[in-house]
Amino acid sequence: MTTMLEVSDLGHTYGSGDTAYTAISGLSFTVDTGELTCIVGPSGCGKSTLLRAIAGLHTPTSGTVRLKGETVAGVPEDLAVVFQDYSRSLFPWLTVRDNVEFPLRSRGVPAEDRARRAAEALEWVGLGKAGKKYPWQLSGGMQQRVSIARALACRPSLLLMDEPFASVDAQTRFELEDLLLRVRRELNATVLLVTHDIDESVYLGDRVLVLSKPPATVVAELPVDLPPVRDQITTRESDAFVSLRSEVARLLHGKEPAATPARGAAARAAGAVDQGGHVAESSTPKGQRTVTAPKNRRNGAGGKGRKKHMKTKKKRGVTVQRPR
Amino acid sequence: MRSALRGAIGVAGFLLLWEAAGHAGFAPQNLFPPVSMVFARLGELLATEEFLREIIATVLAWLIALALATGIAVPLGLLLGSYPAVRRATKVLVEFIRPVPPVALIPLLIVLIGNGPETKISLAVFGALWPILFNTIYALDELEPMYVETARSFGLGRGAIMARVALPNALPFIFTGVRISASISLILVISVELRGGGTAGIGYWMLGVSQGIRQMDLVLAGTVVAGVIGLLSNYGLEWLQRRLFGWNEIAQEAR
Repeated sequence: MTTMLEVSDLGHTYGSGDTAYTAISGLSFTVDTGELTCIVGPSGCGKSTLLRAIAGLHTPTSGTVRLKGETVAGVPEDLAVVFQDYSRSLFPWLTVRDNVEFPLRSRGVPAEDRARRAAEALEWVGLGKAGKKYPWQLSGGMQQRVSIARALACRPSLLLMDEPFASVDAQTRFELEDLLLRVRRELNATVLLVTHDIDESVYLGDRVLVLSKPPATVVAELPVDLPPVRDQITTRESDAFVSLRSEVARLLHGKEPAATPARGAAARAAGAVDQGGHVAESSTPKGQRTVTAPKNRRNGAGGKGRKKHMKTKKKRGVTVQRPR
Repeated sequence: MRSALRGAIGVAGFLLLWEAAGHAGFAPQNLFPPVSMVFARLGELLATEEFLREIIATVLAWLIALALATGIAVPLGLLLGSYPAVRRATKVLVEFIRPVPPVALIPLLIVLIGNGPETKISLAVFGALWPILFNTIYALDELEPMYVETARSFGLGRGAIMARVALPNALPFIFTGVRISASISLILVISVELRGGGTAGIGYWMLGVSQGIRQMDLVLAGTVVAGVIGLLSNYGLEWLQRRLFGWNEIAQEAR
C-alpha cells in the first residue's frame, strides 16, 4: 500500500517567550492510501492545530507534512476538509448545489462538469433532490451531508474531517457514520478523521491514533480488527469493539502513558507495557508503539451505558437545527 | 395585512387632525391650509407638465447621488474593512469629517460649484456615503471566521475570498446602508434646492412659491410629494431587500 500522508516530527507552538503554548510536539504518523484513520485525543489536545497544519491552513513551527510525497506548503489542491460546524461552513447565500460547486468553481472546473459532479456528490450522500434548497432549510444532519458532498465533489486524495459528527444528535450521528463508511467504501477514499469520541473512532477507523494531552504526541496506534462492513448494533456489542474502545479510553483518560514516545531514542526503547498492564505494546521503526488489544477480553464498562442516553429524536424535512 | 391597516389608520388620523387644525382658525388658511386644500392643489399640480418636470429633476438628482455614493462607499468600505492599517490611518480624518452637517456646506458648495445639479448631487453623495461605508466595514468585521476558513481550505486566496465570500456576505448589510442613505440623500437634494442651490426640482419650486404671496398650500403640496417619494423608495427598497436577501434573515434566525 502506498503512503498518502506522512506527518513527521510535527510541532506547533503559539506565541513566544513566557506566554508560548506548545499545542503539538514531535508528532509523527502516516496514512496509507484507501485507509480510514481516526485520531482521538482529549479535548483541547491540539487536534485542530494538527488538522490545520495538514490542511495547509497554517504553517507548523517544526516538522513537515507530506501529501503523496510532496511537502505541504499552502493549501494542497488535493485535499478537502469537512468541519464540525456545518452551519457556519456552508454559505447561506448559496443553494445546496452552489455550495457543493463552490470549491470546483475556484478550481476552474467548467460549468457542465461542475453541475454533473455536484449532482453526483449529492446523490452519494442521499441528497439528490435537495440541490435547489438553501442550507438553512435543511436539518443539521442534512447540512453536514451537504458538507461531505462538497468535499467529495472535489475528489480529494485525502479527506480531512474535523469532528464532523460532533454537532448532530446521536441518531443522526449514527446515520452519518454509516454514510461515511458506505461512501468511502464505494469511492475507496482515504480519510483522516479527528474526533474526541472514543466509540466513534473505533467504529469508523481502520486504525486509531491516540493523542496525549498537550503538547500532543501520538501515544499509541491501534489497528482496528473489525470486519470492514460495520453495523451500529452488532459491531458495537462485539467483544473486539468493546475491548478496543476500553483500550482507547484507558490510553486517553486512564493513567499517564509509561513514556512519551518520539521524544528521543531512550523513550522509544523504553516501556513495553503501560502502568495498568493491560496493553501489550511493541516498538515500531517509527518510534510509535503499536498497541494490540488482547482479544476475548470482555470489558463492557461504558461501552453499553452510552446507548441508554441517546436521544432518538429524528429531524427531517425543513426543520432547522441549531448545533450544540 | 394587519400592519398595513394600522398604518392606514395612523395616516387617516393624522390627516383628520391636520384638516381640523386647518379649520380651527389658529392661523389664516393661506398660512396653514387644511389638508383638503393641499390635496386639491396637488391634484391640479400633478396635471401640469411643469410640476412633473420638477419632480423628475429631483428624483433624477437623487438617484444619481445614491448610485454615486454606493459606488464610492462600497469599494472604500471593502478597502478600509480589509486593511485595518488603512482604517487606523484614516480614522481621525473620517471622524473629523463625518459629524459635519451636510446642510452647513450648502453655501460653500454654491460658491464653489454654482447652482447646477452637480451641487445638490455632491452634497447628497457626501451625506449618503457614511451609512453605506460604515455598514460595509461592519459587515467585513462581522464576517464569520468559519466562512473564511472553509474558503481557505478549498484553496481560495485573499481576492477570491473577498469576491466570493466577504462581498456576498456583506450585501445585506450594504443594502441596509443604501436604504438609510436613500432618505438622507433625498432630504439633502431637496434642501439644496430650497437653499437656492438649484435651478430645478421640487425644492426649487417650493422656494419659488413660498416667496412673495405666501402660497402655503402649494408649499405643502410640494412637501407631500417629497414625503411620498421617500415613502415609496423605502417600501420599494424594503421589498427588494426581502426578495434578494431573504436568506440572510432566515439564516440568522436559524442560528
